[in-house]
Amino acid sequence: MTSTPEKPEAPVAEGQAAPAPAAGPAAAEPEVVPTLSFRTVARSLLKHVTRDRIITLLLGCISIGALFLVWYLGTKYRFEFYIRFKNVPTPAEVFHQLTQVGLSNKYLVNIAISVRRILTGFFIAIAIGVPLGLLIGKYERVRDLCMPCVEILRPIPAIAWVPMSIMLWPNNEAAIVFITFIGAFFPILLNTIHGVHSLDGVLVRAGRCLGANEAQLFWNVILPGSLPHIFTGLAVGMGVAWVSLIAAEMISGQFGVGYFTWEAYSLVDYPAIMLGMITIGVLGLACSGVIRLVGYFLMPWLSYAPGGNR
Amino acid sequence: MSVAEAHADTSKGCIDIRNTGVTFGSDESEIVAVKEVSINVQPGEFVSLIGPSGCGKSTLLSIVAGFVKPTRGEALLDGKKITKPGSDRGVVFQQYSLFPWLSVRKNVEFGLKMAGVDQNRRNATARSLLDLAGLLSFENHYPDQLSGGMKQRIGIVRALATSPQVLLMDEPFGALDTQTRVVMQEILTNIWQQFRISVLFITHDIEESIFLSDRIYVMTARPGRIKAEIKVPLPRPRTPEMTDTPEFMNLVQELKGLIREESLAAMAPEIKDRGLSGFGMKVGPKGVGELY
Repeated sequence: MTSTPEKPEAPVAEGQAAPAPAAGPAAAEPEVVPTLSFRTVARSLLKHVTRDRIITLLLGCISIGALFLVWYLGTKYRFEFYIRFKNVPTPAEVFHQLTQVGLSNKYLVNIAISVRRILTGFFIAIAIGVPLGLLIGKYERVRDLCMPCVEILRPIPAIAWVPMSIMLWPNNEAAIVFITFIGAFFPILLNTIHGVHSLDGVLVRAGRCLGANEAQLFWNVILPGSLPHIFTGLAVGMGVAWVSLIAAEMISGQFGVGYFTWEAYSLVDYPAIMLGMITIGVLGLACSGVIRLVGYFLMPWLSYAPGGNR
Repeated sequence: MSVAEAHADTSKGCIDIRNTGVTFGSDESEIVAVKEVSINVQPGEFVSLIGPSGCGKSTLLSIVAGFVKPTRGEALLDGKKITKPGSDRGVVFQQYSLFPWLSVRKNVEFGLKMAGVDQNRRNATARSLLDLAGLLSFENHYPDQLSGGMKQRIGIVRALATSPQVLLMDEPFGALDTQTRVVMQEILTNIWQQFRISVLFITHDIEESIFLSDRIYVMTARPGRIKAEIKVPLPRPRTPEMTDTPEFMNLVQELKGLIREESLAAMAPEIKDRGLSGFGMKVGPKGVGELY
């Protein structure tokens, strides 16, 4: 058996007879010496490559590939039947734009500023929305006090807040962060309230019986019990936050991806418009991916819950 | 068993419910859940409360647990009036009530954590309790990975972790299948024997109440009152073979008769008056056991 270390951590595991990561199959066939050889590593990696995952990956590629294909064909043959691909830049032009502008300071600074605005607004929305949602969900009186206000403000789209926000806040930056906050706030708040309401009452009673006081109940029962719904709120809130941010940047901004896109439109720089749009899409995808990942690690029990994936 | 020894104080755990009544709603929509009930559980005693569904037996347990305030009368634990829930009374619910986000061990530790017990002692207590329940190998599993019977066993030892003086059980095996139920009853008698803790046990299963209890209170249909109090003279420890003895059978017959009348009354007062003959059956209100 070749004993070539495949990974940096291999020499550590090599000396011991302790089960390597691939101990599952090794334990089943005792004649295999459980050292970390190339073969065992390859096998343990291959174990993750299931038919199911390959199909998932394949379909994902087809999905995105189809989008690019339509774009490519539309621009290649300058498709024009009611919708017009005449001025739409080709994928190659946009890629060229990316290599030109893409790594320039201006573009990266715009991205950094947008991300900073999103994160600021989003975290303020979490900091206010989650505790308030827990309180509204738990106490009927807090609900009576806050909900009329919430229900009036909620239907106002974040974009409609732009003029007011510019008047309200001392500078542009604060105004844009505020609009982002408004976008994220209501989905987070309402999902948190829903999370508290859908929490099984017997769990709260069990917590009380086991001696939890009001504060302990919040921290140890109501918060973890509402966490799945809170994360739904975060995912929705993040999406709305991006919509709001881009709108705000287009209307009032200096800097930011929304401003970059709008500026490209003013300058009739078509490839840059596309690049801005794609950037927004990718950033949004990355943000919701991070939320999902954090949720996965924060709530490992969900995999076993009814409807979970294990 | 070190955990069990912590419960050695046999002078505590006296439940006393005095002339207690509970009324829900007000004025015309008033519902009398419990009319006037006096029951008691002596330290170390296993007492069952049995009756037709909706007779207010769970309401009585909720009073002792501290969830419901009685409209009349009072409930005392060791002479002190019960006003709110607390860890001096362990409660096992009918529904599975383990926290799904905590591992099995963390569930058992919960009460101790709330009481500010340090991590090491919490861990040790939880592990010995899980060992008692035969579930130590599942300590790092999540509740959703376990069967119903396992969940209720953990529910029982979780309630015992804070060394309560009494254990309140609200139809804890109601959701389990018959085979699991029988095993769980044996496990419960074993645990009870080790801890010498007072138990108030709610059920609608006659055999279960006889097998487990020292004393059984039979409740009437709503509004709930105590219809009868029956002592179970069977020796301890109880074994499954005892369910075939004549003494056991006689108790079953006696209880069936008492409950049947109340079950009929609970369904519809008219049926109680004219018997079930209207349904093509020749069974009078005192036709003991013929329905079973």
